[in-house]
Amino acid sequence: MTNKAIASACAVALTAFLGTAQAKTLVYCSEGSPENFNPMINTTGTTFDANRPVYEQLLGFRYGSTEVEGKLAEKWDISADGQTFTFHLRHNVKWHSNKTFKPTRNFNADDVIFSFERQWKDANPYHKVSGGGYDYFSDMDMPKLLKSIDKVDDYTVRFVLNEPNAPFLADLAMDFATIQSKEYADALLKAGHPEMIDQDPIGTGPFEFVQYVKDATIRYKAFPAYYGSKAKVDTLVYSINKDPSVRVAKLKANECQIAFGPRPADVPGLKADKNVNVMAQAGLNIGYIGMNTKKKPFDDVRVRRAITMVIDQKAILDAVYQGSGQPAKNLIPPTMWSYNDKVPGYKIDIAGAKKLLAEAGYPDGFETDLWAMPVQRPYNPDARRIAELVQSDLAKVGVKAKIVSYEWGEYRKRAQAGEHQMAQLGWTGDNGDPDNFFVPLAACSSRNTAQWCDKSFDDLVVKAAKISSQAERAKLYEQAQVVMHDQAPFYFLAHSVVYLPMRSSVTGYKMSPFGAHRFDMLDVK
Amino acid sequence: MSDIAAKTPPMPGALALFWRSFAENRGAVVGLAIMGILIAVSILADVISLHSPIEQFRESFLIPPIWQEGGEWSFPLGTDDVGRDMLSRLIYGARLSLIIGFSVASLALLTGTTLGLTAAFAGGIVDIVIMRLMDVLLVFPSLLLAIVIVAILGPGLFNAMLAVVVVTLPGYTRLARASALAELARDYVTATRSAGAGTLRLMFDVVLPNCAAPLIVQVSLGFAVAILDAAALGFLGLGAQPPTPEWGTMLSGALQFYQRAWWVLALPGFAILFTVLAFNLVGDGLRDALDPKLKR
Amino acid sequence: MVRSMFRFLFRRIALIVPTFIGVTFMAFLLIHLVPGDPIEARVGERGIAPERLAELRHEFGYDLPMWQQFFKYEVQIVKGDLGMSVVTQQSVWHEFITLFPATVELSIAAILFAMLIGLPMGVIAAVRRGSAFDYGLMGMSVTGASMPIFWWGLMMILIFSVTLGITPVSGRISDAFFVEPWSGFMLIDCYWSEDEGACSSAWSHMILPMIVLGTIPLAIIARMTRSSMLEVLNEDYVRTARAKGLSTPRVVIVHALRNALIPVVTVIGLSVSGLLGGAILTETIFSWPGVGHWLVESIARRDYPVLQGGSLLIAVLVIMVNLGVDLLYGFLNPRIRR
Repeated sequence: MTNKAIASACAVALTAFLGTAQAKTLVYCSEGSPENFNPMINTTGTTFDANRPVYEQLLGFRYGSTEVEGKLAEKWDISADGQTFTFHLRHNVKWHSNKTFKPTRNFNADDVIFSFERQWKDANPYHKVSGGGYDYFSDMDMPKLLKSIDKVDDYTVRFVLNEPNAPFLADLAMDFATIQSKEYADALLKAGHPEMIDQDPIGTGPFEFVQYVKDATIRYKAFPAYYGSKAKVDTLVYSINKDPSVRVAKLKANECQIAFGPRPADVPGLKADKNVNVMAQAGLNIGYIGMNTKKKPFDDVRVRRAITMVIDQKAILDAVYQGSGQPAKNLIPPTMWSYNDKVPGYKIDIAGAKKLLAEAGYPDGFETDLWAMPVQRPYNPDARRIAELVQSDLAKVGVKAKIVSYEWGEYRKRAQAGEHQMAQLGWTGDNGDPDNFFVPLAACSSRNTAQWCDKSFDDLVVKAAKISSQAERAKLYEQAQVVMHDQAPFYFLAHSVVYLPMRSSVTGYKMSPFGAHRFDMLDVK
Repeated sequence: MSDIAAKTPPMPGALALFWRSFAENRGAVVGLAIMGILIAVSILADVISLHSPIEQFRESFLIPPIWQEGGEWSFPLGTDDVGRDMLSRLIYGARLSLIIGFSVASLALLTGTTLGLTAAFAGGIVDIVIMRLMDVLLVFPSLLLAIVIVAILGPGLFNAMLAVVVVTLPGYTRLARASALAELARDYVTATRSAGAGTLRLMFDVVLPNCAAPLIVQVSLGFAVAILDAAALGFLGLGAQPPTPEWGTMLSGALQFYQRAWWVLALPGFAILFTVLAFNLVGDGLRDALDPKLKR
Repeated sequence: MVRSMFRFLFRRIALIVPTFIGVTFMAFLLIHLVPGDPIEARVGERGIAPERLAELRHEFGYDLPMWQQFFKYEVQIVKGDLGMSVVTQQSVWHEFITLFPATVELSIAAILFAMLIGLPMGVIAAVRRGSAFDYGLMGMSVTGASMPIFWWGLMMILIFSVTLGITPVSGRISDAFFVEPWSGFMLIDCYWSEDEGACSSAWSHMILPMIVLGTIPLAIIARMTRSSMLEVLNEDYVRTARAKGLSTPRVVIVHALRNALIPVVTVIGLSVSGLLGGAILTETIFSWPGVGHWLVESIARRDYPVLQGGSLLIAVLVIMVNLGVDLLYGFLNPRIRR
């Protein structure tokens, strides 16, 4: 106890000596554990969020916007044919250090080459490290697109593409295009622990990595030698809590200052709390129930239409989304261009539904399954509750629904294989293009939840993807939405609003349109 | 009870004697009374509950119990988040819990006793295999084992019950084997055997009734364990699926209402607690009454 | 005496070998029967290309026939290698050893809590047999033993953390404090933390989980102590001591309690397996970063190596503790050494 007393006395004296500069800490209640500390080999938002404080890319998105700006590359030139991109790198960018690694040089072109070759070339010694799957790199078609990457000098790098590609710059601002230190990589290789590069990260970002306790906390500290505007908090902590209610409870107790995705049920309580600010943003998402058009009785469009006349959308929005959802009638959210507002919304009509069912040969209803995801998703806060509500709605026309659920990975696999009759699922878009919704979710080329392949719809969306004029594309997508409403392969539940509650002491936070979380620009009072 | 009394050597007033010694334990009588109420409630569930346990009153989400402001007489204990009557759900939940306890305990008893007796009678390699297997099952924390089994079979009430049977099996098997071995060493068994009784007859007619007492106690405690474990699985989302009014399932996801609707969180838990308590009390009473050696 | 002790030890250890092989087999079999695999558990709504899936499955050896996978796995274990987590690419042993102290710390705290309260209560109940205190205690004890602890934990959070706001909601220490994991025991490591108040924060985080996990052991210990004390109090030497005119507290503490403790200690030893089971629920409720929480999480992630290795390590632990209790008991009670 005396030791302790002396220690605290010293601490007090020290603080007094240093003046009033008090260390600022920001705790963010996050929703899950990162898989590791390298965005190249991951695909989840959780992992990207955990890496964002540490790493940087050549380009980045401006804070709170979708606009691309320079990061590690100060400026860039694009050749007239649109196939050669020359990046002029920033000087005097310092690397972080840790117990085993002290950098001897600044960031330069070697690091850029290394980071891309790691993902691109089999011959790179790091290509196979940590499982070696570079899913985003291949999803963005990089292996096909890239022709060469050359170092012109220490601070100039030239990318040559096989064909012109407009979104290439935006791609380089995405998390997967992270730059790692070649010097660190070489040192680890020599020490025989190459895998540590993805466990104990060295980056150039505004925060240095300090410690990760699995499933509990990730800790960072502000990087004093950062080239840009320094982070305003000294210590950043991600406190990992899977349960949204626990996150909310911790926020209320000021155990954390920002909390990821509260349950809709908690939002009114948070809004009423004077110490809490709730930021909100319309989500780029859709939650729906797919009716398997390859299985009886949903192969009959009359049955599908009847179902849409029975489900009480308002009750679902009230009970489950609780004010955090907009009623949906189309696949794409209303904020997206080409949204067809002329498509009529759902109306309850039990008698009409019974008549349609009778015409289809099911006057007394039928039995069906109704799948519910086992997890909370951004577009669907509680699939089980929704299933219960829908189940009792369907009972009104004699349809007996059995609620089915599987483990999440299994659920998606089986739903994609079309084992269900009715299944809930949804989607969060990752760029603002309608194509990113229509093709993966409803085109013939996709394994969509309705197992739906409609020639006229498919022709429309495939054609729209090849045209460059946005106005013309919009017309085609609007028609496609009419076809979709008429054929009713899906019952659209809602587009949900994404909430981010934070203590009112937090200032200067901006929500990202892509749902990313970033903490270097905010301040805590 | 009458069954055992008939099989043990006939003694005047054995039942009365048993009851007298059971009733000495006041806790056990209280437990028996709660048990009686639970049984009555579950038999009369259709008559006494005000609503169907799965009917959703869309205008009445999260109505508090009547003694609180905003309570309604039509929902004495309030409603849950989709407007279902809590009281009716608790009543039907009692029926379900008793069914779970009964099925799990009897299935585990049946399988466990058979395995235990087989091990005791067969001896040798059969004994070793069975008992090693039970050791292996015992080494894993039972909840972890149950979770993995449900993960294999898929979530659902029936699968959760099977999982609980598997994890409680070793207790019954070991007990049956140990008691059977003790009985086998006795003179009357040797006598019966030399009189030419077959193994099966010896097993079920002679030895089993004589080691019934500890098994009965185990069953009544097993009831409690079964209800508790099935509820834990339901709580983790692996047991009975909604809208089934199972108490553990009712608790899963109820955490989100901790600030606005304590009754959704508290009531099912009290129901589990009292039910398990009743069976534990009765189990203790039975042990005291049936096995004076264990009485302390 | 010594020879029979050794023979007993040898026989007990010989029994462990088949159990251990059975445990590895069971861990492997059960986990591979679970539908889904770690790779599919990781991809989101976006899905994964079938070729990429096949490639990954090949890399981790999930495309081999089951018996080959099992064989490879056994060989690995014999070499002392538990494999790497599919999700984090870290060695299972490393993850276990960093998280295990948290579970041990919580379990020890829970057992100490249970003993500190349970022992005196049991003794008093025995001495005042039939009193209101005795009945009250036995009632509480059987209630404690009937407690659904997942609900108990939630109620404690509801009452003490949310409504009264006197204890923290979850975790081992306030996230604002940085503690170097020196021994892995937060209550020890916090002592060296530079941050003021780290230890009081660690203690306040310990209270609720400790009570929740300690409730059932407390009930069992109180009950066991009472009955064991009752027996000892009736023994001749205690009566003699009383007849000699020794004061009651002295008789109870010096003569009776010492002897009554033997069965109690055995019960505590045997409750380790149950404690680990309880730790799974307690750690889940309180987001306690220990091995129970870790295992439950790995089920959701289908992280085979972690599940296999983790449950194996837990099983070995239970086997060792049971062996220790057996040996202790055999030492104390020579009659069972046959």
